[in-house]
Amino acid sequence: MTNLASFVPPLFGGVLIGLAIATLLLLNGQIAGVSGVLGGLVHPRPGEWVWRALFVAGLVGGGLVARLVGSSRLGDWNTPLPVLAVAGALVGFGTQMAGGCTSGHGVCGVSRLSVRSIVATATFMGVAAAVVFFVHHAGSS
Amino acid sequence: MKRGIVAFAAGAIFSAGLCLSGMTRPAKVLSFLDFFGHWDPSLALVMVGAIGVSAVAFRISARARWTPILGGRFHVPGTRKAVDLQLVTGAAIFGVGWGLSGLCPGPAVTSLASGQVGPILFCTSMLAGMVLYRLAARARAPRAERSPAASAS
Repeated sequence: MTNLASFVPPLFGGVLIGLAIATLLLLNGQIAGVSGVLGGLVHPRPGEWVWRALFVAGLVGGGLVARLVGSSRLGDWNTPLPVLAVAGALVGFGTQMAGGCTSGHGVCGVSRLSVRSIVATATFMGVAAAVVFFVHHAGSS
Repeated sequence: MKRGIVAFAAGAIFSAGLCLSGMTRPAKVLSFLDFFGHWDPSLALVMVGAIGVSAVAFRISARARWTPILGGRFHVPGTRKAVDLQLVTGAAIFGVGWGLSGLCPGPAVTSLASGQVGPILFCTSMLAGMVLYRLAARARAPRAERSPAASAS
């Protein structure tokens, strides 16, 4: 049975993510969709590179802080490296094709009630759940 | 200068949220996606919290005549409604990668801080996949300037 207290960190973590999105939007006018930010680094346009690089640096910086405070939250890597390599390529290709990922479509788009983002989010969550089902259950029981 | 500091701070707050919520733990993410096994629903609260706050910000940004505090304009995608094959196919491909690894782009980049080989490998091939998509899109439409839908509609 899942403990009710285990729902508190995800909720507050989500609020922090929302605050980060609000900060970037209301001050700079930019959308904090991570795949969109990365896509703009890979395919730079004039004047669009620096803030993206700094946002990514902030992501890694926040991770370093989490590591320093002794959090074990970065890790538990059980996936074999070849699977990670394939999965990474699929995530990169798919998010650029769809124009967003969990943050761009799943949070920013859904919070604007964008039909495209809602469809995209339902699709990637449904497909990911199906993959997990096949990998972890099909054939093993 | 100020805009750069804001971008860095937003990235840091974002990744703090990812770490606190558990999104940077692939095994936890996979158990959130495991509806038919030992389903861990707690990560649904990440979306609830994030959407609740960002919905307010987007409502503010949608006000006519309001502009970002540091100038410029809001780079919010238009109200294009058409759901097309490109959107659904791309989302499905992303879903396969997410389901295999438990990693989406934000947590993957944040996890680079761990110094482990897994996230480094994942991020390298993620960037390669992004470049590959750009090349494929360009090959398909050699002249038409494809608007980078990547600004995450």
